[in-house]
Amino acid sequence: MMEAKLLTQHYDKPQYKTLKGYLELDGYQMLKKALKMRPQEIIDEVKASGLRGRGGAGFPTGVKWGFLPNNGEPRYLLCNADEGEPGTFKDRLMMERAPHQLIEGMIISAFAVQSAKSYIYVRGEYNQSYDTLEKAIREAYEAGYLGKNILGSGFDHDLDIYRGAGAYICGEETGMISSLEGLKGQPKLKPPFPAIQGYLRKPTIVNNVETLAAVIPILRDGAAGYRKYGTEKSAGTKLFSVSGDVVKPGTYEVPLGYPLMDLINKECGGLRPGRRLKAVIPGGSSAPVLTAAECERATMDYENLAELKSMLGSGAVIVIDDSKCMVDLLHVILHFYHHESCGQCTPCREGTGWLEKISKGIIYGTAKLQDLDLLERVAENMKGRTICALSDAAALPTISFVQKFRDEFEYFIREGRSKVRGKIYAQMHH
Amino acid sequence: MFKLSADGLAKVKSELERYESKYSAIIPALYIAQKENKGWVSPQVVEHLSDIMDIPASRIDEVLKFYTMFNQRPVGKHHIQVCCNVSCAMKEARELTDYICSKLQVKEGDVTADGHFTVTRVECLGSCDTAPVAQIGDRYYENLSTDVVDQLLKELK
Ligand SMILES: Cc1cc2nc3c(=O)[nH]c(=O)nc-3n(C[C@H](O)[C@H](O)[C@H](O)COP(=O)(O)O)c2cc1C
Ligand code: SF4
Ligand code: FES
Repeated sequence: MMEAKLLTQHYDKPQYKTLKGYLELDGYQMLKKALKMRPQEIIDEVKASGLRGRGGAGFPTGVKWGFLPNNGEPRYLLCNADEGEPGTFKDRLMMERAPHQLIEGMIISAFAVQSAKSYIYVRGEYNQSYDTLEKAIREAYEAGYLGKNILGSGFDHDLDIYRGAGAYICGEETGMISSLEGLKGQPKLKPPFPAIQGYLRKPTIVNNVETLAAVIPILRDGAAGYRKYGTEKSAGTKLFSVSGDVVKPGTYEVPLGYPLMDLINKECGGLRPGRRLKAVIPGGSSAPVLTAAECERATMDYENLAELKSMLGSGAVIVIDDSKCMVDLLHVILHFYHHESCGQCTPCREGTGWLEKISKGIIYGTAKLQDLDLLERVAENMKGRTICALSDAAALPTISFVQKFRDEFEYFIREGRSKVRGKIYAQMHH
Repeated sequence: MFKLSADGLAKVKSELERYESKYSAIIPALYIAQKENKGWVSPQVVEHLSDIMDIPASRIDEVLKFYTMFNQRPVGKHHIQVCCNVSCAMKEARELTDYICSKLQVKEGDVTADGHFTVTRVECLGSCDTAPVAQIGDRYYENLSTDVVDQLLKELK
């Protein structure tokens, strides 16, 4: 198979973090190229490349850029570096190992959408990412890649960095905008979409870290070159953060369409000796879980995972072997979404609380078999009725866990302990 | 009464200048003040910030309560935040949290008698490949085990 490291080829070189090292490895060459193009040409190239947003929803990036109105208002570019979806840690790797790659991608993107001001919204816990980026931004200013009249092109751009403070919902684009505006990070009703009315009510593009950096190989190889990787509907490469029960967890870049079992066995060294694969959550904790049999058929692209009624999401692959209890894991997930619901919409606020409570009842041995139907019913009623997708993010794993691993749930309710671990969880660390 | 140091005050003022809306400076200001107030934000801190920033205390309070990285009660000198989300839970992070609490003889969220430690659980820290993970101060501690924790607690004191 052809080498598919379009973003990560230099990640193991420590000098790649510094401007000097980045330049030695051809850094900022694509910015030079971009500044000689017309902005619309860049947008067209990104459109033609088929690049889809790497933050979770997978919306075509060039198409989103094309939604900006031509009304002469100032435009903002926001880089979503909130990375809160459990299982996801790919953006952190880029920020810590290749900060200039993100900055270069952002300047090119800002030029393409003609924005004079951008922000990187970094999640609060990522101190190291913040410090590394801050230093790199300073270097970029000093070298004339940021500020007024960048490289003599006449294009001005300022880039600042903002530190979040520990709220998953600030990863949702309108929640992030609220947060940056100094409010609680509560999502706003869409439409209007941020491209029309975003930060400070001005046209705003919100893109994930990996999305913005992907613009660099697209300019280098052209849309056709980029499309050599991936599939028709899922072009290019993708960073996958793999965690859980594999020998070598970590972040791996592979072309979209890569078989899930190859990712697990070839890149991640497979499972520990003697263990069997039970399940995989393929796209962050909000993605419906796949059974081992489904994993055999799964390829890591938007369309195949949708066919399997799951999703690629943020590219967080959580591998679960036969030593883990699915009831326990669902409870952990539901605790998270309940904790992170911002509370604006009744189905989400009440629903996530209800789901967590029922799953806790199972763990504590107070649930009845009918509660499984209740779990599914509550979850069904939470879908698609709220301001943002957090409600669905709690509902989808619930439905898939209960449907696909019903025997484990029924056993737990009947026997008051885990079918897998034999444990009685009540009173224990929950 | 809490008062920012001259340096802290200067930092808050510069944050106020930095953004197009001064409300954007609330989060940065809370970080600055929390650091100067032994790791937590008291009602006095909010009052003080409200005076300096000319923003109603209730607006600052809203932000304070929404974000989990601001502590609304005292914490130990070292705040041990153990991730107990999926990937960490799969690597016994919850058992490890219980271990740390029993070793320090403290309940989750409380401060140890000597004022050195607070232990809390947090959600995914974005380091799931090195689970189980904890954040202590500005740093991540990865691939934790009871042995590593024993060593760490000795060093931190
Ligand atoms: C609850 C919730 C949390 C989200 N968290 C993130 C996140 O941490 N990082 C991210 O890039 N996108 C996140 N998103 C998706 C963003 O709303 C948005 O679609 C994305 O940043 C757009 O960038 P992209 O087109 O480059 O993917 C989240 C969405 C929801 C509903
Ligand atoms: S769905 Fe949940 S998180 Fe999203 S806006 Fe509504 S209450 Fe808030
Ligand atoms: S689950 Fe613990 S760091 Fe992600």
